[in-house]
Amino acid sequence: MPPDRVPSPTLKAEQLFADYGGPPVVKNLTAAIPTGEITAIVGANASGKSTLLRALARLLRPTEGAVYLDGADICRLPTRSVAARLGLLPQSPRVPDGVLVEDLVRRGRYPHQRIFHQWSKTDDQAVLQALELTGLVEMRKRPVDELSGGQRQRAWIAMALAQDAPMMLLDEPTTFLDIAHQVEMLDLLARLNQTENRTVVMVLHDLNQACRYASHIIALADGRIEAAGPPVEVVTAELIERVFGLRVSVVSCPVTGTPLCIPYRHNY
Amino acid sequence: MTRTASLCTASAAGILALTVVGLVVGDFPVPAREAIATAIWDRGSEFDFVINTLRFPRVTVAVLAGICLAVSGALFQSLIHNPLVSPDIIGIDTGAAAFAVAILAMGLDNQWLPYAAFAGAVGTAGLIFVLSWRRGFSGGRLVLVGIGVNALLTAVITYMLVRFPIERVSAAARWQAGTLSSSSWGDARTLAIGLAVLLPAAFLLIRRLRVMQLGDDMAIALGVGLEPSRLAVITVGCGLAAVVVAVVGPLGFVALLVPHVARALAGTLSGGVLLLTALLGAVMLLSADLVAQRLFAPTVLPAGVVTAAMGGPHLLFVLRRFNRAA
Amino acid sequence: MQAGRSAWRRHAVSLPLAGVLLCCVGLLSLRYGVLHIDIVTVWDAIWNYDRSDQGQVVVRELRMPRTIIGMLAGAGFAVAGALTQGVTRNPLGAPGILGTNAGAAFAVVTAIYSAGITTPAGYVWFAFAGALGATVLVYLVASAGPGGPTPVKLALAGAVISALLGSWTAALLLLDLETLDQARFWLAGSISGRGTEEVELLLPVIAVALVVALSMGRQVNALSLGEEVATGLGQHTALVRATAGLCVVALAGSAVAMAGPVAFVGLAVPHIVRSVVGADYRWIILYSALLGPCMLLGADVVGRLIVSPTELQVGIVSAAVGAPFLIYLVRGTKLAQL
Repeated sequence: MPPDRVPSPTLKAEQLFADYGGPPVVKNLTAAIPTGEITAIVGANASGKSTLLRALARLLRPTEGAVYLDGADICRLPTRSVAARLGLLPQSPRVPDGVLVEDLVRRGRYPHQRIFHQWSKTDDQAVLQALELTGLVEMRKRPVDELSGGQRQRAWIAMALAQDAPMMLLDEPTTFLDIAHQVEMLDLLARLNQTENRTVVMVLHDLNQACRYASHIIALADGRIEAAGPPVEVVTAELIERVFGLRVSVVSCPVTGTPLCIPYRHNY
Repeated sequence: MTRTASLCTASAAGILALTVVGLVVGDFPVPAREAIATAIWDRGSEFDFVINTLRFPRVTVAVLAGICLAVSGALFQSLIHNPLVSPDIIGIDTGAAAFAVAILAMGLDNQWLPYAAFAGAVGTAGLIFVLSWRRGFSGGRLVLVGIGVNALLTAVITYMLVRFPIERVSAAARWQAGTLSSSSWGDARTLAIGLAVLLPAAFLLIRRLRVMQLGDDMAIALGVGLEPSRLAVITVGCGLAAVVVAVVGPLGFVALLVPHVARALAGTLSGGVLLLTALLGAVMLLSADLVAQRLFAPTVLPAGVVTAAMGGPHLLFVLRRFNRAA
Repeated sequence: MQAGRSAWRRHAVSLPLAGVLLCCVGLLSLRYGVLHIDIVTVWDAIWNYDRSDQGQVVVRELRMPRTIIGMLAGAGFAVAGALTQGVTRNPLGAPGILGTNAGAAFAVVTAIYSAGITTPAGYVWFAFAGALGATVLVYLVASAGPGGPTPVKLALAGAVISALLGSWTAALLLLDLETLDQARFWLAGSISGRGTEEVELLLPVIAVALVVALSMGRQVNALSLGEEVATGLGQHTALVRATAGLCVVALAGSAVAMAGPVAFVGLAVPHIVRSVVGADYRWIILYSALLGPCMLLGADVVGRLIVSPTELQVGIVSAAVGAPFLIYLVRGTKLAQL
């Protein structure tokens, strides 16, 4: 672990309202992100998952309430100092034409550079470490737009890792990946959480994956928190029906012991 | 040596070679050895006037203006994520031209021309900036507003061209085509001052731009203040374009094309690639000016006409890259 | 079809409104000019023509052809612009980007320079041929290589060819003062003093192209969703694009032949229409055909009045009026993603 890593920050939202210039999408939401754990935000489409994540990452300015990073309003903090503590992987970032994997990952070092302190050994180390963790060392000289979906997603994760922030927010990191790559991606995040004690917050579509990898779940419905807590405690058939409008049977996973939701057919 | 470094070296060598050619050829040929000697140390040479008053300043202006334009184009294209954007498309050149044509068409004193052109360029940039600001920036809005402003100013110019006597209109049309033929050391100095301020700024902005290329969300996540950065990039890009248009007149296509060529040769934006872009801009403008002088000699074409004509094949080259990508 | 019927009901008011607006602008164009003529004379000139009345002769012989040319050219530019924007899926699409204006200017300036032709009537065929030739060239260049003529390649090829032709035009203008003197008035874009015979020959071209264009709305709608979606909807995209291309050439070529390179109508009118009626190209094309003439002819009337007793060229006025309006629209809406 590089020596200058800041200890994991605390992140919480208080009485948060957010919208995209229309009706509020997130309504009066208060939540705290447990430090050093993996948090999964789940909910139906349009329940405000991504909006909450965007507000937590200060991509969206709340209309009321605030997000506090280490006790300070995140919108008032210098954006670079936030970037040193909080990394983000948006849903569909833009790949510049012909950019190479290594070049992409190097761009993640931006928050650690200063005008007269352009590129240091620490930067090189962080980039190499990010490439190693994501298994991209061999592909560092390949153009990103020629990679497969899974590799490309790993390249973006590597970029976020190079940012070297103790807390990472990810918006649906498993979209567009096949089941094997989904598991690989989540395993990677779990490993980062365990070995480096990074806090991970992610929006996930797959409830069972959320239960399996997250130690804390925030279930949203209509912009409000329906339940929050460890998966074993909060994920019940009754909650799923309230959040998704879907009847399920919750059993214990034979492999991990975490809750496993099995939907009924509608005409059952 | 990396690929970018060797390309830069090659371009620098190209600039030197073209500079010598620019000193040597002309209606009054000067042997290469004498030309170089006169330009660098031999003040008493019989060629002093031809070299040091006519050709050397002109070549220098071509190099400096080429650098300005190419860097300006690179900044705009990376900011707006659109390969077809350049400062002349959004109306910076037209703004300068409107003021310059007004001076020429109304027969006012020519000494005010560079100042008027510069004021026109900066004023237009400011206007576009104000008009496209609406709770922040959007590249698309900037371009569309620019095109609107461009059309408006073009109408003003057309009006003056139709309204005033043909002799003055002819001078205005010549200025609008962009010419290096009357370049002086004073022009070179103006460009050099502009470059001294704006080029370092451009290089300092590179790291931000590289992050901004990843999209707005990613840029915010990595701690780039979007609005100030955009303002800075636009200011520097417009500044570079404005200095050139004030001194030389509008020169199409350099700003649009050279960044493409540099990108095709050396990859996505970085400090090295920006350096290569700058050098290639100088190469392009130097060679365009040589062609403009010699193609129909003794009739001298405006360099702007030739850059546009040369731009065509270059753009076809870009097109080929699109073909491969498709 | 429920949706179709309600759309018709929505347009039952606005469509006649656009028609009435067009008629009003047409009447204004007959009424106003250097010579003061009252509305009664205009009325008589249309319905009970009396050759001995000087005012009626002016209306009938000068202003009526001019008005008709303005309407045809306006419709031509606007519909060509709407088709171009739909097919190339580029909000900056205007016939100009496919090389029509540069080609026409090139041919006219060359004709003035080498053949000494000096009347607007004489320019018509050169302009038409130039526009046609340039657009075909653009299309051929863009078709070269794999993938065929994609929107991006069309735009780039258009920019290339326009620049090449433009540089040649500029060189000619600078080499010869007389050519510049002649050409500058044509280049500004104007519909005064045009010959009626040439226009009568262009009329069928425009009419056929307009009918085809109006019937293509559904196809352009599909194509504006992208190549793959259109193919998925069972469309022969290459055929549609080629037909639309032919229409654009015919419309923009005729328009530029009649009125000179009036750049702005083709870009602005479809945008303005889209901001009012939405993204359905069936309506965009129809309203463009009605409002394009309003804009061009309206600009012409303003140009006649504003610096009376001389005139301001229609190309100047349409840009001066249209540009602020475009900027206003750009600021007001999420107009276009670049």
